Order: sequence, then structure tokens, then C-alpha cells
Amino acid sequence: MIRVLRLICACPCHFGKRSRLLSQQSAALPGNPKICVVGSGPAGFYTAQQLLKGNSLVEVDIYEKLPVPFGLVRFGVAPDHPEVKNVINTFTQTANNERCRFLGNVKVGEDISIQELKEAYSTVVLAYGVDADRVLGIPGEDSQNVLSARRFVGWYNGLPKDSDLEVDLDTDNVVVLGHGNVALDVARVLLTPIDSLAKTDISQHALEVLSRSKVKRVTLVGRRGPLQVAFTIKELREMTKLPGCLSVLHKHNFHGLDTVSQGLPRPRKRLTDLMYKTCMAPTGSGPRQWELQFLLSPTEFISDTNNRVSAVKFAQNRLEGSDLETQRAVRTEETKEISCGLVLRSIGYRSIQIDDMLPFDTDRGVVPCDSTSRVVDSPGVYCSGWVGRGPTGVILTTMSDGFETGKVILRDLEEGVLRQDNIGGVDVIRKKLETKGVQVVTFTDWNKINKIEMSRGKSVGKPREKMVNIQDMLKAASS
Amino acid sequence: MAMLSQRQVLRFLVPRFATCVSRTTISTIPRNLTRIHSLTHSRKRFCSSVCRDQKETVMVYFIQEDGSKLPGKARVGDNLLDVVVENDLDIDGFGACEGTLACSTCHLIFKKKDYDNLPEAPTDEELDMLDLAYGLTEESRLGCQVIVTKDMEGLEVRVPQGIADAREPS
Repeated sequence: MIRVLRLICACPCHFGKRSRLLSQQSAALPGNPKICVVGSGPAGFYTAQQLLKGNSLVEVDIYEKLPVPFGLVRFGVAPDHPEVKNVINTFTQTANNERCRFLGNVKVGEDISIQELKEAYSTVVLAYGVDADRVLGIPGEDSQNVLSARRFVGWYNGLPKDSDLEVDLDTDNVVVLGHGNVALDVARVLLTPIDSLAKTDISQHALEVLSRSKVKRVTLVGRRGPLQVAFTIKELREMTKLPGCLSVLHKHNFHGLDTVSQGLPRPRKRLTDLMYKTCMAPTGSGPRQWELQFLLSPTEFISDTNNRVSAVKFAQNRLEGSDLETQRAVRTEETKEISCGLVLRSIGYRSIQIDDMLPFDTDRGVVPCDSTSRVVDSPGVYCSGWVGRGPTGVILTTMSDGFETGKVILRDLEEGVLRQDNIGGVDVIRKKLETKGVQVVTFTDWNKINKIEMSRGKSVGKPREKMVNIQDMLKAASS
Repeated sequence: MAMLSQRQVLRFLVPRFATCVSRTTISTIPRNLTRIHSLTHSRKRFCSSVCRDQKETVMVYFIQEDGSKLPGKARVGDNLLDVVVENDLDIDGFGACEGTLACSTCHLIFKKKDYDNLPEAPTDEELDMLDLAYGLTEESRLGCQVIVTKDMEGLEVRVPQGIADAREPS
């Protein structure tokens, strides 16, 4: 038994000693195809995984603007969904591959340009996701406590730039605009008992604010109907099972849907049936409640004398179109007002243009690419994940997309479309970064940060207490 | 505790399919203690591999999209995700959430008669995840939820890839 325990306890040290981690510091091998991936979220890591597996010579360098890896798995996945974060184990395996390097704290487009990457590598893969919101563009949107749900998620997940977001939970009613999974995530976090949240890796600053929350009711408002909701059934089922929380769905929205749902594809049918069932026989009870409101488009945010939001004005919609799942919302003359002290806007994300030389579709908020992930008019540049496809789907969608992008690149390498000679790879870029005084964070450095975060978490009964300050991360990385 | 072998102790602490455990030697030290920690914090433990008859095995076959057939030696009592991991079968992205019912990457399609013979029907939670799978059929299951039984000798299951469906219309 003693031997067993010692073996288990020895584990982090064993991890630290893995000799192949030293490759993080190694120089690029001449002649090998070199590929750089911009962004270290699921899209970046799944693309890298496919590339490393499909070609035994290829070297993959993953650039990340933050000192820490994993993108939305760390900063997007809800803290009460730790199972989803298991994908990190696979990403870590990829990062530990001797032909893979992680270069954190490097801002592509700022510290190093796309042109410089194109010169140093055979291929540039854009996998930097989405970093901005769609806005409504209606009066009062700048009122206090009208927040982007994306930033609210960043706030409770410890994203450095959102950690100082001012969130005022001194209100009974919250309106969430949107019927997607992010909308359900933020609603769930607002309504989950604080003791449960305290056992997750939720950031301490958010936990403190949430522990003083007065929120009793969260209303999720969508512009279309129950058959067009974008959230998925797992997240809906969780809402119906929230302790101390009543589900409020209105019968007039669901009248006859039990019959209609019979002809729908299975996923939509089961989702509709669960909403119908919850509507007819409401689940849960308690001091708090969540509510679904349909067919409403916000037209104005009304604020009190302190410029804090006090209500949202909506136009009532009706649906047009024959295909049930893709019906469009059309405004009517009718209006409705819902009072609230906090609004979370969750109506979709947009990507950003990180470098002027990259094409950008400002309407859709994506880098335009063709169906094979090649960025238009940019030979050697590819897209993977949300940056090109737009912000939809679950992790599986991004995984398939990453694998597919990887396969396209492997094919292009084989066919000689991509240049492989006279490229300097990481060495050239490192020199440039050094001149600029950029502290590159390697995966070994990340392991130091990781260790500190986990030990801080352990002391407060959480799986991890994330560092939220970039300077702290850099200090830990260089320790 | 003294009765248990070191291997059994490790099996209790770390799911068989956890990637922190080397696929070839189960007794390898876990690379990362977080696995143990997160396991104790997971809301439900779906791993079925603790109490099983270690002696009995059957052969099951995973048929890939290109027609290739991957054989797997399966211990009775393990689940089909365990079988893929233990046999180190090369199926891209299989079991991303490591059997915690948080993804649908271990989607498998059974023959009708095999599906009907499975001892347990899928739970709502399994169906919820399956609804997000590519190429969903009425005979679809998640490998992590299907427990190997003695009468599965020679079982053939299809591994749908469905990459072509990955891009949603936009």
C-alpha cells in the first residue's frame, strides 16, 4: 500500500521530468514542413493533432495571445461542466508531442505579423475563434448593467480582460437575450446554489459577487418560437433539474406542439417534447425561477435616473415561412415591457480581424474561407473552427472541423502546393520576439502555472483557482 | 485494501480510459493528479470498470467508414469506450470527454438485432448527447454506455465519421 501511495504521489514530479518536454526549447529541424497555428483552443489543438498524426515529419507551433492554453475550454466552458474539460488531457498529449511547440503570450497581429508567419512557415492556420459580440444597436444599449453574455462568461471563468467587469446582482430580475447554450449557461450560473458553484473552478471574484446575488428570476427571451431555439437538450434538462428553481414555460407558446413535434427530426423532436412536458407539468419549486419568453425582439433599454437598466421594451413578433425550423420573425405593432435590473445579451459572437492583410467578412464577422478551409485570396493560409465557420455547434463540431482542416493541409503538403524549403520556422520568429522583448510562455512554463493554480484551488476546496492577472501568469511562468 | 493489487487500486482511482494512464501498461503512474481530483468531483461516475470479471473476454469489431475492421479484445463488464482505449484502436477523436456523457464522440451504430439485444436501454442523458451526433440512427448508442456481455462474441459495430456533415449551413 505504501508503495502504491508513493507511486501516486510521485506523479507531478514524474510529469515534470518527462524529457520530451525539453523539446519546447529545441530548434526547428531544417527541411521538415513547418506549420503554425494561431490560437490554442479546441480548433487549434484538434488541427495540430491531425497534422502531427498524418505526417511524421511535420512540426506544429501553436501561438496563443494569452500565457495560458486551451481557449474556450478554459474560458468558455461553464465551471459546472468539468467533464467537458476532459478534452484538455488530449490537448496536453498533443502539446507534449516532440514535434509540437506551444508559444504563449504572443499576440499575432501585434507582436508578430501574419506576413512574418507566412515567411517563416509552410502554412498558417487561423484558429483564433471569436472575440467580439454582435450588438443590437438599439437605444439604451450603453446603460449600466446591460452586459455582453460573452464578457459575463469571461468574468466568471477568469478571463484576464473580463475579470474587472462590473456586475451588479442587486436585483430580483435578470433578462437574458438569446436562446442559445450560452444563454442557458449564464442563466444556470445565476441560479445555481452558491455552495455548488463554490466547488467548481469559478473565479473567486465572481463567486464573491454571486454570493451576494439577489437574483430570483431569470427570463430568457428569444425573437422566434419554441421550434427555433438554438440551445441543446442537455443544457435544457439541466435547467429543469436546478435545485430550488421553478421552470416557467407558458402554455400559449406550446399549444399543439406535442402533435407538431411528431414529424420533426429526432433531436428537435426530443428538445420540443421536453419543453412541452416541462410546460404542462412544471418541474422544480423554490425561491428562484427561470422563464422562457418567445417571439420578442428588443427595441429599447430603459434606464433609471442612475443610468442603470430598469426594463427592456420588446416588439412582439410573428413567424413566417413554411419550414418550421427556419421560420423568420416578423415584427408586429404589439409591444411588451419586462422589468429587470440586469440584461445579458447573448445573440451571437463575431470574430475579429487580427491583421490588416487578412481578408475579413464584416457582415458575418468571420474570416472568409472556402468549403475546404482555405482562406480566400491567401495561399497557404487556412481557417479552423469558429474563426471561419462562425460561432455555432458543440465541441464535436469544432473537432470535426479541426480534423478536416488538418487533412486538407496534409493533402496540400503531399501535393507540393505548400513550400517547404527555406523556411526558418520557430527560430526566426523567436529571434524577432526576443528583439521586441516578448516573454514567450512554453508548455513547460504553463505546467508551472497549472501547478500553482491547482494547489491554490486545493486550499479552498476547488479543482483550480485560476490566475486572472497576466503579470501573475508571466511571473509564475518564469519562476 | 491489502487484498487489492496495486493495479486494482489505480483502477479505482483512475478510469481505465483516462488518457493520463498509458494505454499499454495500466499500472503506469498517472501523469496528472487532477484526474483523480476531478474524478472525485464529477457529479456521476459513469465508469463501469471497477467490479468486473477480469478473466472473461470476447472479441468485438469496430467497422470504420472506409470499411476497415478494427478488432478489440473486450473484457466482460467493460464498456465499449474502454475497449477502444485498452486496445489502442486508432479512431480519431473517439471518447473526447472520457466517458462522462459530455460529448458524442464515441457514437457507435449497431445492427438492429444487436441493438435490440442490448441489456439496457439508453437513458435520457445518453439520448441527449446522441442527439448531437453525426449520422444519428435508431440503432445508435454511445460506446461509453454499452457494457460488454458474454454473448457479444463477434459483435460488429459501425463507427460513423460523418465529417462531411460537420459544417453547418451558414
